[in-house]
Amino acid sequence: MRRRGKGYLFFIGLASLGIAAILGGCSKVVLLHPGGPIGNAERNLIIEAFGLMLIVVIPVIAMALWFPLKYSASNKKAVYAPKWSGSLRLELVFWLVPVAIVAVLGYLAWSKTHQLDPYRPIEKGVRPINVQVVAMDWKWLFIYPDQKIAVVNKLVFPVGVPLSFMITSDTVMNSFFIPQLGSQMYAMAGMVTRLNLKADRPGVYYGQSQAFSGKGYADMSFQARAVSLGEFEGWLEKVGRSPHKLDSLRFKELQKPSTANHVAYFSNVAPGLFDLILRQYAPMGSMSNGKVPATTIDILKSAAGGH
Amino acid sequence: MFGNLTLSAIPCDDPIIMGAVAGSILLALAIVALITWLGKWSYLWNEWLTSLDHKRIGVMYLILALVMLLRGLSDAVMMRAQQALAVGSSQGFLPPWHFDQVFSAHGTIMIVFMAMPFIAGLMNIVIPQQIGARDVAFPFLNSLSLWLTVAGALLVMVSLGIGEFSQAGWSGYSPLTEKLYSPGTGVDYWAWAFQIAGIASLLSAINFFVTILRMRAPGMNLMRMPLFTWAVLFTTVLMICSFPVLTVALALLSLDRYLGMHFFSNTAGGNMMAYVNLFWMWGHPEVYIVVLPSFGIFSEVVATFSGKRLFGYKSLVYATGAITILSFGVWLHHFFTMGASPDVNAFFGLTTMVIAVPTGVKIFNWLFTMYRGRVRLTVPMYWTLGFISSFTAGGAAGVLMGEPPADYVIHNSLFLVAHFHTMLITGTLFGLIAGYSYWFPKMTGFRLNELWGKRAFFFWLIGFYLAFGPLYLLGLMGMPRRMWHYSNPAWHPWLLVAAGGTALIVIGTFLLLVQLFVSIRERETALDPTGDPYDGRTLEWATSSPPPIYNFAEIPVVSDIDAFMDLKEKGVAYSRPAQYHDIEIPKNSGAGFLIGVLTFLLGFALIWYIWWLAASSALAILLLVIGRSFNDDIHRIITAPEVERIENERFEKLEAARCGRLAGTNLSFGLGERSKT
Repeated sequence: MRRRGKGYLFFIGLASLGIAAILGGCSKVVLLHPGGPIGNAERNLIIEAFGLMLIVVIPVIAMALWFPLKYSASNKKAVYAPKWSGSLRLELVFWLVPVAIVAVLGYLAWSKTHQLDPYRPIEKGVRPINVQVVAMDWKWLFIYPDQKIAVVNKLVFPVGVPLSFMITSDTVMNSFFIPQLGSQMYAMAGMVTRLNLKADRPGVYYGQSQAFSGKGYADMSFQARAVSLGEFEGWLEKVGRSPHKLDSLRFKELQKPSTANHVAYFSNVAPGLFDLILRQYAPMGSMSNGKVPATTIDILKSAAGGH
Repeated sequence: MFGNLTLSAIPCDDPIIMGAVAGSILLALAIVALITWLGKWSYLWNEWLTSLDHKRIGVMYLILALVMLLRGLSDAVMMRAQQALAVGSSQGFLPPWHFDQVFSAHGTIMIVFMAMPFIAGLMNIVIPQQIGARDVAFPFLNSLSLWLTVAGALLVMVSLGIGEFSQAGWSGYSPLTEKLYSPGTGVDYWAWAFQIAGIASLLSAINFFVTILRMRAPGMNLMRMPLFTWAVLFTTVLMICSFPVLTVALALLSLDRYLGMHFFSNTAGGNMMAYVNLFWMWGHPEVYIVVLPSFGIFSEVVATFSGKRLFGYKSLVYATGAITILSFGVWLHHFFTMGASPDVNAFFGLTTMVIAVPTGVKIFNWLFTMYRGRVRLTVPMYWTLGFISSFTAGGAAGVLMGEPPADYVIHNSLFLVAHFHTMLITGTLFGLIAGYSYWFPKMTGFRLNELWGKRAFFFWLIGFYLAFGPLYLLGLMGMPRRMWHYSNPAWHPWLLVAAGGTALIVIGTFLLLVQLFVSIRERETALDPTGDPYDGRTLEWATSSPPPIYNFAEIPVVSDIDAFMDLKEKGVAYSRPAQYHDIEIPKNSGAGFLIGVLTFLLGFALIWYIWWLAASSALAILLLVIGRSFNDDIHRIITAPEVERIENERFEKLEAARCGRLAGTNLSFGLGERSKT
């Protein structure tokens, strides 16, 4: 029995070393190698919270292995107290230690949730790049309203400039997520959600849908390229020269369900396209006067006005 | 005549499905042939299908759970195999429409038709005996719950061969489940099977709530109830409060689908998040519904095999109560990423973390029950110890996801999948298997084979770590759940490891079957003549194994938490009563079984729009319910002389067992040095 106990400990030690090596060394563990401030803060939170919880987890696992071996029925030398069933001191420890840890974690949760609110602009006073994101069956449409261009399944943006996303869906629910940049956000028809991200270092990141949306869901991934400001301007110009225009006719074609779509570029995007997509579903969209609900109008206005 | 049902509903062109269907049909035919050959049809009908005996109903629930466990596990194997293959340009062996059905069925089956019946089975077998009662409060309702659950399970099984199952996940988020996006019958199969099983669970919960509150033995006040009974009491409270929400959510979805309404649709004022909220208002309490009974089982197992009173009984009760209340206030953590304000998200993050406190307390109490005990490392203890360490680590992952900003990157990833499988496999399933091993002699009169049990445990435990450890990592590598194929080659090696782990779990499950088979074959060597094979502490060990239909000839009087241990120590555990009395027990009834059959037909008819069949089976159900309500002749009497005969036989057996032990054969297993009075 004793020897077996040591074996367990050895095994655990080896396993935790292995895990640490994998997590620390492998850049493929993308959530631990973020490319921007939001992802960075979220990674730090994960590590801090996990470390705090080890205060409870490690002793529990040790006791779970040690007690049954130490007090094994075959060990007649160990103390046996069949009626011992309570100890105020111990019970206080059992309640108060978790309470203390949860208090710290709770403080973290409250402050970090407010700090990392996806709706909160990353830098006040800096004009962000606005992108309107539309989840479709089964592809992503990215509209750059200020530049009047749109791209299917590819997102390009400059490093070091905040990105402000408005997200909706033209189909069932999806979730817009670029793991290395941080926070994801649901895309829901008739509703607009917001997300603010930023990339600190250039690179090709991958984006995907993180909420199952049917047959083509597995292929709803896209490239997210963080490039220098100069490159970004060049790219905008290139897309602006695209012969394809995104008018309502072309958009209807785009709405047809399709999987594993190639990247497509559009210039001359009809103004207010995002608004039109929303209004298909917005609760009051079908009213004769064409009014959309106040909240949606406010959101659209603030988006049009920029910062 | 057949509504939307045509021959084309049978997927003849798919070899995987047709193989499974053919296998199921062959198995069913083999069972029918065996029963006919043995001439056991009337035995089956009289002793089992129409039985209102809670112990028989419990065993039937367990059989259902076992069958559905095998089905759910084969789904898991298919998913792991598909993801092990479908990297890059490879498409694997499952097209997306099939893979999506497989994961939807896996979740639905494992929660609703494996975990829930397993729990209901153990509740049925144990609770009345543990509180010193002769039956449950409503024996007929009990049988009805069983057969409704079977009807739901059968609908899921039938969807395999006729039509399709849902492709929208076990949680069935709208608007994907709306007719516009899921026009087939799959969502209807899912919704009706779920709906029927939900109603069965609600009825079962009401039954056990009343049983525990009203039928305890004299002297067993609330603070003397065994922990399993406490856990089940809180579970029934959770079920009674949460299942109606599910019923309403599914009913509204069905109104959308059948009558074109717009509760959860994209257009005309429908709101998908209303569905998601309703679903998780049931769904999160449901997590605790399936885990609390296991907590109760661990409490019983740890105390018994440590030969020691449970540490911190009151703490455990209050902790369970706290979990019950808190579990209603955390549902929003299933969708932190819907764009709620930081105040809302932080609030639900906090409640989620707070719930870890009572859970942690329970873990410490179990550990300190072993402390200064005499721990016998039996099979149920193996499952319990496997649970404690894995569950603590999995719980830490859960608290981590309770930090909303952490959830923003982990949500819907394989990290999440790994987390809730840790909770459900080591929390729920390990507990249920521990309970099955622990109470098996009580059901059958003989013990399960220890060696095969330990082998099964190690395959399960190691398999579990290999199957789900990599999933935590894959979540951190950014892999979402529910991918039928993927292009990132970095994920592939870890999915291969996970597939290997799943193979070990399959072997572990097979070994559980071997254990059952070996135990039945060698039952003569592991008989339990005393009814108390482990030096038990609670009242279910005061009856014989298996107990007579009335459980207790004379209702015991309780004066301690460990009621039976107390009686043994006072030397009155096996005293004969001065006089036996007539005992009234419920008569058999076929109505529950028939209503189950009719409910299956009703569900099937609704799924395929066969309106005449739906109307006539609904009418027949109504008539049966009314008919049963007017039937006053529902009891039969076991006369005092008959009771005396049964009890005398039992005392002879007890006497023989005692002599046997004196002569050196240790029939009572694992007693250690403690002597029995």
